[in-house]
Amino acid sequence: MSVLVLAEHGNAQLDEATARAVSAALCLGNDIHVLVAGKGCHDVALAAASLDGVSKVLVAEGESLANQLAEPLADLIVAQSGGYDAIVAASTSTGKNVMPRVAALLDVMQISDVIAIDGPDLFRRPIYAGSIVQTVRSKDPKRVLTIRASAFRPVGQGEAKPIETVEVAPSSSLSTFVANAVAVSERPDLTSARIVVSGGRGMGSADNFETVLAPLADTLGAALGASRAAVDAGYVSNDLQVGQTGKIVAPDLYIACGISGAIQHLAGMKDSKVIVAINKDAEAPIFQVADYGLVADLFEAVPELKGTLASAT
Amino acid sequence: MKILVAIKRVADPNVKVRLRSDGSGLDLAAVKMTMNPFDEIAVEEAVRLREAGIASEVVVVSVGPEKATETLRTALAMGADRGLLVRTEATTEPLAVAKALSAVAGEEQPALILLGKQAVDDDCNQTGQMLAAKLGWPQATFASQLTVNGDRATVIREVDGGSQTLALALPAIVTADLRLNEPRYASLPNIMKAKKKPLEERQPSDYGLVIEERLEVVRLEEPPTRAAGIKVKSVAELVERLKTEAGVLA
Repeated sequence: MSVLVLAEHGNAQLDEATARAVSAALCLGNDIHVLVAGKGCHDVALAAASLDGVSKVLVAEGESLANQLAEPLADLIVAQSGGYDAIVAASTSTGKNVMPRVAALLDVMQISDVIAIDGPDLFRRPIYAGSIVQTVRSKDPKRVLTIRASAFRPVGQGEAKPIETVEVAPSSSLSTFVANAVAVSERPDLTSARIVVSGGRGMGSADNFETVLAPLADTLGAALGASRAAVDAGYVSNDLQVGQTGKIVAPDLYIACGISGAIQHLAGMKDSKVIVAINKDAEAPIFQVADYGLVADLFEAVPELKGTLASAT
Repeated sequence: MKILVAIKRVADPNVKVRLRSDGSGLDLAAVKMTMNPFDEIAVEEAVRLREAGIASEVVVVSVGPEKATETLRTALAMGADRGLLVRTEATTEPLAVAKALSAVAGEEQPALILLGKQAVDDDCNQTGQMLAAKLGWPQATFASQLTVNGDRATVIREVDGGSQTLALALPAIVTADLRLNEPRYASLPNIMKAKKKPLEERQPSDYGLVIEERLEVVRLEEPPTRAAGIKVKSVAELVERLKTEAGVLA
């Protein structure tokens, strides 16, 4: 079976989600090609070509592909799709944006956010905020999948495989890119961080996120996350949201501070290896999933935790 | 300018959905149903555009069971002008819904179609993108801000690591994310008024469509629940256990 994997990247660097998507693709077949679409993305192609299990990298470069816009990217993937049994991308904001467009152009029902592959046409995926896992059998001749990156271990590095350039057909400019506003952060990326420190409504303000929670995250070298309630309240931007409709994370250590633990939030973090909850409400549902619960005022406990860890290092 | 908003009736997201005790399917019999929260945001945005004089008519459409008329009435009570149910009791996969909505768009000729980014029951996050593909229209998913100016729309999108601004030529598809707006509650007078607003029912066959399933659900299961751990008494104990017992801190 041959599989086309869409590389996740920002033209300069290959995102780790790609190595995880390749890992998922290897559950389907052993002829794995990675498509790198962008502009000035030669280094990304080199990195993709050295991923274990990849047999070939296809590079498509053009102005229209510089910002991963859905319309030209979907047209390109469809144009390349002919010889493949499956097309796979990670459930990143790019993958979620473009893959359903690809699926519809191919008249295929996409399988979103796959967490396990049980056979060439059998896929497991969460529904209802992860309350239920469904196993579906695809009746389509070609499969289009997005995979939950945290559910697949990234493949390693191997020897370099060939890189081929593919032609990019001119695309009608249905939408045009205006600007990116990327949050600049020294902290690790939320979805790949080893430790995540998250705050909820209990943080009380945007200020408290910066002055109480951020120092703990920085002491641990952790990423900062938030519950939907904290995003709703305007404490932090939406790209920090962990949960059903935000990011799905599975770090070694997840520290939930002032988070009650609604199922929508648990959907985004319950696969973390170790969960710590700090909350003053002993009845908060977060304690039902936490390995270590501390019933305490976070405004005392979090600085104390930060202090203890800082003095230990 | 006419705006079409597609909405879905889903289980209340505040209720934890479980399987029937015999494992034969989802136990939704006693679960309260509601409008998909992201679709509420889409309806609100459309109504605001009409209130601002940018849109002239807001048409809400749902592809689903008879009961979805209740959901359409809710949208009418929020301020939409007219409702349309494409009635089917079949499972509505996004691809089939996108085909039905594409047929509706062919008749209605809207300049803008708004949808929620994701339905919180099947968590697919596909319908808007698929509809854009079927119509050959531009798409802006995960919108946190929408500005319509003549025959163009400018959309700020939520993306990994920040936001992205796109300009779209209308007609276009926009899917709503959390921060686009805060939907209003329908007032009692508006709920009464909504009962008199036109709500049409059509069959998929009216559009020459059959609602078919491409995915066969072979199994449903509740994932293993995480056992609750222990309560620690102090920060010192927490740090000690994370280091020695859990081994996640150096």
